Amino acid sequence: MGELLGLLQFGSKGWGDELLAGTLVTIALSLATVPVGLVVGFVVALGKQSRDPLVRVAAQIYTTIFRGLPELLTLFLVYYGAQLGVTALFSLVGSNFQISPFLAGMVALGLVLSAYASEVFLSAFRAIPIGQYEAAAALGLHRVRTLRLVIFPQLIRLALPALSNLWLNVMKDTALVSVITLNDLLRQTSIAVGTTKEPFFFYTVALLIYLVLSVLASIGIWRIDVWASRGMVRR
Amino acid sequence: MTAVAVDRPGRPHVAHTRRVSTLGIILIGLWIVLALLLVWALAHSITGDRLATFGGRFFSGFRTTIELVVLSVLIGAVISVPVAAGRLSRNRIIGTLAYCYSYFFRGSPLIAQLFLIYYGAGEFAGPLKSIGLWWFFRDAFNCAVLSFALNTAAYQSEILSGSIRNIPHGQREAATALGLHRWVIIWKIVLPQALVVALRPYGNEVVLMIKASAVAAIVTVLDLMGQTRFIFSKTYDLSFYLWAALFYFVLVELLGRAINAIERRITRHHIR
Amino acid sequence: MRFASSVLVAGAALLAATGFASAKDWSTIRIGSDATYPPFESQDSSGNIVGFDIDIMNAICADIKAKCTYVNQDFDGIIPALLANKFDVIDSSISITPEREKTIDFTNKYYNTPAAIAAAKDSDIKGVTKDDLAGKTIGVQSSTTHATYAEKTFTDSTIKEYPNLDDAKLDLANGRLDAINDDVVVLSEWVDSSDGSCCTIVGTIKPVPEIHGIGAGFGVRKEDTDLKELLNKGIADIRANGTYKQIQDKYFKFDVYGD
Repeated sequence: MGELLGLLQFGSKGWGDELLAGTLVTIALSLATVPVGLVVGFVVALGKQSRDPLVRVAAQIYTTIFRGLPELLTLFLVYYGAQLGVTALFSLVGSNFQISPFLAGMVALGLVLSAYASEVFLSAFRAIPIGQYEAAAALGLHRVRTLRLVIFPQLIRLALPALSNLWLNVMKDTALVSVITLNDLLRQTSIAVGTTKEPFFFYTVALLIYLVLSVLASIGIWRIDVWASRGMVRR
Repeated sequence: MTAVAVDRPGRPHVAHTRRVSTLGIILIGLWIVLALLLVWALAHSITGDRLATFGGRFFSGFRTTIELVVLSVLIGAVISVPVAAGRLSRNRIIGTLAYCYSYFFRGSPLIAQLFLIYYGAGEFAGPLKSIGLWWFFRDAFNCAVLSFALNTAAYQSEILSGSIRNIPHGQREAATALGLHRWVIIWKIVLPQALVVALRPYGNEVVLMIKASAVAAIVTVLDLMGQTRFIFSKTYDLSFYLWAALFYFVLVELLGRAINAIERRITRHHIR
Repeated sequence: MRFASSVLVAGAALLAATGFASAKDWSTIRIGSDATYPPFESQDSSGNIVGFDIDIMNAICADIKAKCTYVNQDFDGIIPALLANKFDVIDSSISITPEREKTIDFTNKYYNTPAAIAAAKDSDIKGVTKDDLAGKTIGVQSSTTHATYAEKTFTDSTIKEYPNLDDAKLDLANGRLDAINDDVVVLSEWVDSSDGSCCTIVGTIKPVPEIHGIGAGFGVRKEDTDLKELLNKGIADIRANGTYKQIQDKYFKFDVYGD
């Protein structure tokens, strides 16, 4: 048992620092997908409520596609497929741009997150009473101001529980990016296993680290929820 | 008596005009272009003898995916019953154990759980052989089914326990007042109502399982994803991934719509 | 509108500035390698890529005065990655075969060793023919010549493909596989080590040039003929000045170049 734990030490003899580096990459990737997912998801949600039927259909197609494909497949298509397109595009001007595994992961997971998030935003929009819009109009606020000052804060509070669930899923999905050789926690664990031949020990450690991350994330989300509901009357 | 103003929910009523804007045309145009590119790539990839050489593999991969998902969901359903009972139990120890099981499998990535079982079993091949269980773990498919089943059982137990908990307590009280036995209450009153409510989340879970099953390819299971990787390594043609995407997409959509239809039918007595 | 057009102009200028180089100067060369193939290439505990192939390439780079950096890449994606410009050279014991020459170019060979079959010491596999391996499960690494050979030859056996050889070795050790078909040097090194103590080499396979190729070379894109010439010069130089033999002796007790 002692020698097993010794494998986790930091420095050149143990894998502790490699696993830590991998964990940081996992955390970084999870955080990086959030802006992409939420912004695109919000825009798509707006699109689904548009007066123009074509825009509504286009938004719906987007959601259906990204919710209907396995995340691993989306990741492969972005990493290998988009790379082909980007290479072709950049070769027109004689230069080169490589989609890094991190970027591919960020884009792929962000797109998937945005598809689910748009549904969350949509139901949050539907839960805001019409009276809010009417009151804002009565005060003379035009559309963008209404959205920004009146609707948006309420939207965040309504959407937060479901969005935080989605984000926990993203954090778990970052493990898939190890397959396209991003040095996240799972990939570092696999490398350690390959050298030390102790899969059971290392994968258990990895799972425990993911659990700790989940717990920490849940606590963080709870704090944000408390902040977002401040001043609300407890019904 | 003062009239109480009731706020209507939802967005302000917009006239669903047929007013089409340039943005709409551009977006739909983009989708149409992408669809045409997709069709071209798909047709282009099955030139020559590719269909004969790889078609069989592709369909066998599809069949393997379905076997994988069906087995995992069913075995997971069986495992989820005692776990759900544990989650609903008032016994502290059992309740905590069930919660820990549920949190462990829902709070960590499926791919990591799969690696633990597949590679971990490989490490303990010796001990497993001596207790006569190695034949099971020897096969990558079995390891995948076990891992997926344990994972989906955690989610299914949450769905089951959640929907049972949401049955109004009055139902139980009324049934007890009628002198019905505990098992009769569970079997004839609580479960039927709970399962109706749980259908949509269950359907969701099956869909998620179909998508998650793609990771089995990483541990050499020749499911749809695995066969696609194999074909790609022989042809270096990315369009095969597009074929796989098409198959997964169709599977997910068909299942989703079927679940929707069933749910609408069995809840048609609800007030909408 | 003015803002938009100035953004467009700035963007175009930026793209143009990132360089339109028609003739590349190969002072920096990026190299792709699948570091799960000891003794040819593997990762040491600090994460550096080391091995025979790496030492040979470093010697060539010193000879042609280039700075070489290494990128780890799974073997089954190594040709697409080269074509997608992720690196400039494949240095991963990749065999020169007619099939591969349809998509990429190769330098001259830098070594040539035959394939072999490894199996458990107590296995009942006696030889390397199709009949000896009938009904067995054979592991191979995907996209290698050994995979192609196994699929074409061992038609009465189940062929299992692995993205990297480490997993195949683990599965042979724990019994998921009955045999592995890969390079004799790689398998010998493994069975002689403690990890491979379960197993032994059953026999070597007579090379089939159309499948196994004429030896291992360095892969380059078809348009990089100048890089190919540079590397060929490097190979010839280190063979001539004794560096090749020095490196070879560090790893092997026999000649790997072949004739």
